[in-house]
Amino acid sequence: MENLNGYLIVSAILFAIGTIGVLTRKNAIVIFMCIELMLNAVNLTFISLSRHLGHLDGQIFVIFIMTVAAAEAAVGLALMIAFYNNKESIDVEDVNLMKW
Amino acid sequence: MFDNVWLIPLFPLIGFLINGFFGKKIKNEAVIGGIGTLMIFMSFIVSCGILMQMIGLPPEQRVFEKVLFPWIHSGNFKADMAFLVDPLSAVMIMVVTGVGSLIHLYSIGYMHGEEGFYRFFAYLNLFCMSMLLLVLGNNMLVMFIGWEGVGLCSYLLIGYYFHKKSAGDAAKKAFVMNRVGDFGFLIGLFTLYWWFGSNHNIWTINFTEIKAASHLLPYGGVVTVATLCFFVGATGKSAQIPLFTWLPDAMEGPTPVSALIHAATMVTAGVYMIGRMSFVFIKSPDTMMVVAVIGAATAIFAATIGTAQNDIKRVLAYSTVSQLGFMFLAMGVGAFWAGIFHLMTHAFFKACMFLGSGSVIHSMHHALHKGHLHDDAQDMRNMGGLRKVMPITFITFFVSTLAIAGIFPFSGFFSKDEILWKAFSNPYHGSLNIILWGTGAIAACFTAFYMFRLVFMTFFGECRINSKVKEYLHESPLTITIPLMVLGVLATFGGFLGMPKVMGALPNYLEHWLDPVFELATEYGAKYAHAGGHESHALEWGLMGLSITIAVVGIMIALTLYVKNTGAPAKFVATFPALHRAVYNKWYVDELYDFIFVNPCKAFGQFLWKGFDVVVVDGVVNGVANVVMGFSGIFRYMQSGYIYNYAFSMVLGVVVILGYYIFK
Repeated sequence: MENLNGYLIVSAILFAIGTIGVLTRKNAIVIFMCIELMLNAVNLTFISLSRHLGHLDGQIFVIFIMTVAAAEAAVGLALMIAFYNNKESIDVEDVNLMKW
Repeated sequence: MFDNVWLIPLFPLIGFLINGFFGKKIKNEAVIGGIGTLMIFMSFIVSCGILMQMIGLPPEQRVFEKVLFPWIHSGNFKADMAFLVDPLSAVMIMVVTGVGSLIHLYSIGYMHGEEGFYRFFAYLNLFCMSMLLLVLGNNMLVMFIGWEGVGLCSYLLIGYYFHKKSAGDAAKKAFVMNRVGDFGFLIGLFTLYWWFGSNHNIWTINFTEIKAASHLLPYGGVVTVATLCFFVGATGKSAQIPLFTWLPDAMEGPTPVSALIHAATMVTAGVYMIGRMSFVFIKSPDTMMVVAVIGAATAIFAATIGTAQNDIKRVLAYSTVSQLGFMFLAMGVGAFWAGIFHLMTHAFFKACMFLGSGSVIHSMHHALHKGHLHDDAQDMRNMGGLRKVMPITFITFFVSTLAIAGIFPFSGFFSKDEILWKAFSNPYHGSLNIILWGTGAIAACFTAFYMFRLVFMTFFGECRINSKVKEYLHESPLTITIPLMVLGVLATFGGFLGMPKVMGALPNYLEHWLDPVFELATEYGAKYAHAGGHESHALEWGLMGLSITIAVVGIMIALTLYVKNTGAPAKFVATFPALHRAVYNKWYVDELYDFIFVNPCKAFGQFLWKGFDVVVVDGVVNGVANVVMGFSGIFRYMQSGYIYNYAFSMVLGVVVILGYYIFK
């Protein structure tokens, strides 16, 4: 792997995009997709470093992350449907009951 | 038989448990009353057995200790749940269970139809158990349990009609005053325990062991302190000056309670306690003098108040205080057996009189109720002429009145005369004797006067009750009259147990009986007793005649004022209005106590409440809460509830931490 930095830079850019998306968007599904983006940015880092270091641990981690992400997607989407049934909206601005 | 002594307090305990826990479900009055009465009667039978066995033994073998189980063993301290059977406690258990049985029987009739019938019998049984523990305990701690137990039962029974405010107040007053006395008792106990332990390494509160070691006690000094503390305890329990004002108020309780607790048994606990520790008390000449003086002062003081009361039970209450004063006078002049003798005869005649007054009140109440009138059933001004409708009550009451007035040959004559004679001739108090005797004699005159005033107002003359309800007056049922008759007989003949030597018709059974208990005290007393030169028989006969004369004078005055010349009392009141007002208002002792103790305490309590609690304590607590609330008011704006705000703060945190590592 000659160009490790390139992969890492792409990964960092993807992560930053994801983060900014989570912080700025109001639509819960978009936020959700941004989280997936952040996870995959991390996956890319793992894979690159695994290849660079010649070590398989990173790739195993990626498989775990993908599994967890799938589970998380299922739970998250279910929550959103439940929320939509109550409020007819999936706008996170309407989810503000968690305060004093 | 001695071995079964533990059965005596056990039976009333069983009765208490049955009636206390299941009485509400049993409901049937005959069963509840039957259980209560049967239990105490079984104690009476066991007591009789013990007495019989004791009579069969030679005097030096009449002491028996039964250790039921070890109770508190801690370091040097040792207290067992143990009973002491000796001639003194034998007399006491006979009085408590005997009179107690009669009063239980009486209560079945008297309390018929009352709400909480089961509660009454449960308390009464609990009281009997406590009283029996008190007189049977072989150490001060067991005695103290009984001492507190009877105080508790007294509180519960005075406040039996708890929906009446006056009854609740009276109960509280009795309890608080008793607590003052109990405090003295405890301090006395600690003093004695500490002195024996630290000076002679005898750590004991056991009566027998204290008696065996009592020769080590000095005359005066620490003994004076300890005995005076014990005496404070006795004044609380036995209603002596200065702690006597609770007893007249205690008449708020049902009449059988007044008879059992506030006449025959509990209030004599102080006398018994001094008798039990006679060998300690006699070692302090000062305490003996205090006891005698307080006793004599109480006797005359309460007797004067008794002359102006109109409530039949209140007259009897002051009479009880006065008679207890006589008992303490006896204790104070070293005539311990005479005090116990008067305790016994007083239990008979005063219980009889209280039960008699209960019978009268019962009948009056019934008649007034039938006639739909709301006059006071206890006010003697509403009575009169009752001897015709209530012959049994009248005869028994009259006999008891003769006994308390000290007319030969009724029981009170022997015991009171013995006390007066000892007050005159005892070798301990020197020139004070004549004052003690004189005070006692005048108090006896007052006693005869107010008791016959009561009898004349209640039973003689014309019936002053509304003529509409006159025909409803009737004699009480058998459960009430049987105890009256038995007690009447005892009040008449009970005195023959202690006939003075000069009369010689019978040996003085009681003095010989109690001799083993009190001989040590007499031995100690001889150390500072001065030789009494005036103990001639002629003098004793003379004083005896004099005291009968005094009693007759008292009766004659009552006869003149309340039967022959009924206008005279009103005229007397008109002539000395201030005096009458003072006596009628009990010399303003209650008001004085309110002024000195109660009101300052109330004011202090008010201050602690309004001043300290509300301002300082609540201020600190509320202040802390307010500060916290202020801060949280600021910080709560961080909790916006929007998920992206939280996410943003997380990201910010990560950036800060990473930045720190990168740029450090």
